[in-house]
Amino acid sequence: MSVEARERRQPWILLSPALTAVGLLLFVPLMFIVVYSFWLRTATGADQAGFYFDNWNEALTDPFYRDILLSTLRIAAITTIACAVMGYPAAYFIARARSNKALLLLLLMLPFWISYIIRTMSWINILGVSGAVNWLLLNLGIVDEPVQMLYNEPTVILGLVHFLLPFMVLNVYVALEGIDISLEDAACSLGSTRWQAFREVTLPLSLPGLAAGGLLCFVLSAGTYITPLVLGGPTDAMFANLVFEAIITQLNWPLGSALSLMLLAVLGALVLIYNHYLGMAQLMKGLG
Amino acid sequence: MSAVTLTNIVKKFGGFTAVHRMSMDIPDGSFVTLLGPSGCGKTTTLRMIAGLIDPSEGDITIKGQRINDVPIHKRNLGLVFQNYALFPHKTIAENVAFGLKYRDISKADAEKKVKDALELVQLPHVSDRYPKQLSGGQQQRIALARAIVIEPDVLLLDEPLSALDANLREDMRVELKRIQHRIGITTVFVTHDQSEALAMSDRIVVMSNGRVEQIGSPEEVYNTPASEFVSRFLGISNILPATCKEVNGSGLALELADFGRVTVPKERAPNVGEAGPAQLVIRAEKLLLADKTAPLDDRIALDGVVEAVDYQGQAARYFVRVGGHQLQAVNMIDQRPFQEGTAVSVRFRPRDCAALPGAAA
Repeated sequence: MSVEARERRQPWILLSPALTAVGLLLFVPLMFIVVYSFWLRTATGADQAGFYFDNWNEALTDPFYRDILLSTLRIAAITTIACAVMGYPAAYFIARARSNKALLLLLLMLPFWISYIIRTMSWINILGVSGAVNWLLLNLGIVDEPVQMLYNEPTVILGLVHFLLPFMVLNVYVALEGIDISLEDAACSLGSTRWQAFREVTLPLSLPGLAAGGLLCFVLSAGTYITPLVLGGPTDAMFANLVFEAIITQLNWPLGSALSLMLLAVLGALVLIYNHYLGMAQLMKGLG
Repeated sequence: MSAVTLTNIVKKFGGFTAVHRMSMDIPDGSFVTLLGPSGCGKTTTLRMIAGLIDPSEGDITIKGQRINDVPIHKRNLGLVFQNYALFPHKTIAENVAFGLKYRDISKADAEKKVKDALELVQLPHVSDRYPKQLSGGQQQRIALARAIVIEPDVLLLDEPLSALDANLREDMRVELKRIQHRIGITTVFVTHDQSEALAMSDRIVVMSNGRVEQIGSPEEVYNTPASEFVSRFLGISNILPATCKEVNGSGLALELADFGRVTVPKERAPNVGEAGPAQLVIRAEKLLLADKTAPLDDRIALDGVVEAVDYQGQAARYFVRVGGHQLQAVNMIDQRPFQEGTAVSVRFRPRDCAALPGAAA
């Protein structure tokens, strides 16, 4: 075999394990889901194979699904904005820290050592009726009866921010770390204040990190079903809860498949739009 | 008038003192170089003038005004960094115009100033490009244009040439000096490269371990080093232990092993005032190797043996043994260099030597 042929083959050899895994574990099951979504669940509970549009019709026209999809996107957007507002200063602090940077990053990663479900449930011990906050309020005599703080939309958002904040901080941190610190000094020497220098130089250059972190937070929160299950009330279901309900509770795989593909399509479209306006090539321009 | 004055500046970082009681005057319009090895405090000093760090003690004045408490963005200084520090997300024109935004200048005036600055650095055609599309040398020119377009009181250059290739560095050296001369701006230049310092400066401030070793013109610091550090840092020197026997009208009579008596002119040894231990400094290029048969001139001639040769093309650096001393000589090559093991005549003029007080460190 010629050297050129060997060199051409090499990337494919290196990629083959990953491609096999993605193909067998992601693409093939996804195709099954696509096929399922056109089947029909009969009154007897058995699935009728075939090519029916009933599930899609229900998923796309029933205002119940549309409303929950919209509220899912709203919750995801609020969570993303909260993560950006809280995460950016933290990332900036770590990136500019003179010492203990490794320790700060370790502290940031520490929550990942504990299961996401456990971390979500920890809020019950904090905000629950017999939780820490209520204990304090009762003992200080501020309230006479425990306050119900859990199981509403704000606590769902709280749980999501708790889960997703490190993703945002890490993404912004990596972007800030890549920015030459003397750029801000240069801007100041030319007459801008520290704040102006940040707005003119550091912020625009860190946008790729903020955008990547934002996308990650948005997609992960829009697809979550654990947080609303643990911290939400009966009316706080998010779209993934509907999929869970259809498939696990009702064993209605065809409808669940159609719903999950619908969420996939909406999020996929958002990613494409996002990529168009904050495209990866555009994002990389400032860095590299 | 002094453009910049430092008075008893001290900078401490925790327990480490980076700059010890430094004082200097930088005359208006002059090109002053802070020269020294890394960690000598030269960059710290520059950053204190710039306002990027605050001195622990002492006063800094610019044009007669104390500026210790003036924040960097109000100091009106032009700062050029080693790594250029151009804003990668802004075009060249936007980069150069950056400082003008914070000054009361009309849009038309600003455009004209940007154009003039780009012409001054000989890059008038790149205004719509991004920094990454330019070469290192071009980026450094743009950084210079960005710093001078605001008409700063002082231009501060922090090792601006050290990221460039050797050839480019020499071109930029000439270019930088030309621009500085043309606009007559007071310039403080930081470098560890002695040849840059010698080539560009009106005055050189040699620093070591946070202290000023010597301030003087390039010729002064080169020919009349004030300390062993200065004589070792600038060029290649042979520093030999000697004894000063007497100081008289004609100079200093030094005596040293294998050399006998060498009389150094007084102006070449301003710090040696009396008889006692001293050191003789002979620049490597002032030590001439000759055939033993070559006719004698006004030089002192000693017998030596070449121990090693470092061939450099137009010149050669020789390590030559004279009695108990190993000396270095850098000579232009006439026909062919001397070979290892050759017995040669080692010659120098006493008036080319300098002397330092005290025993060798």
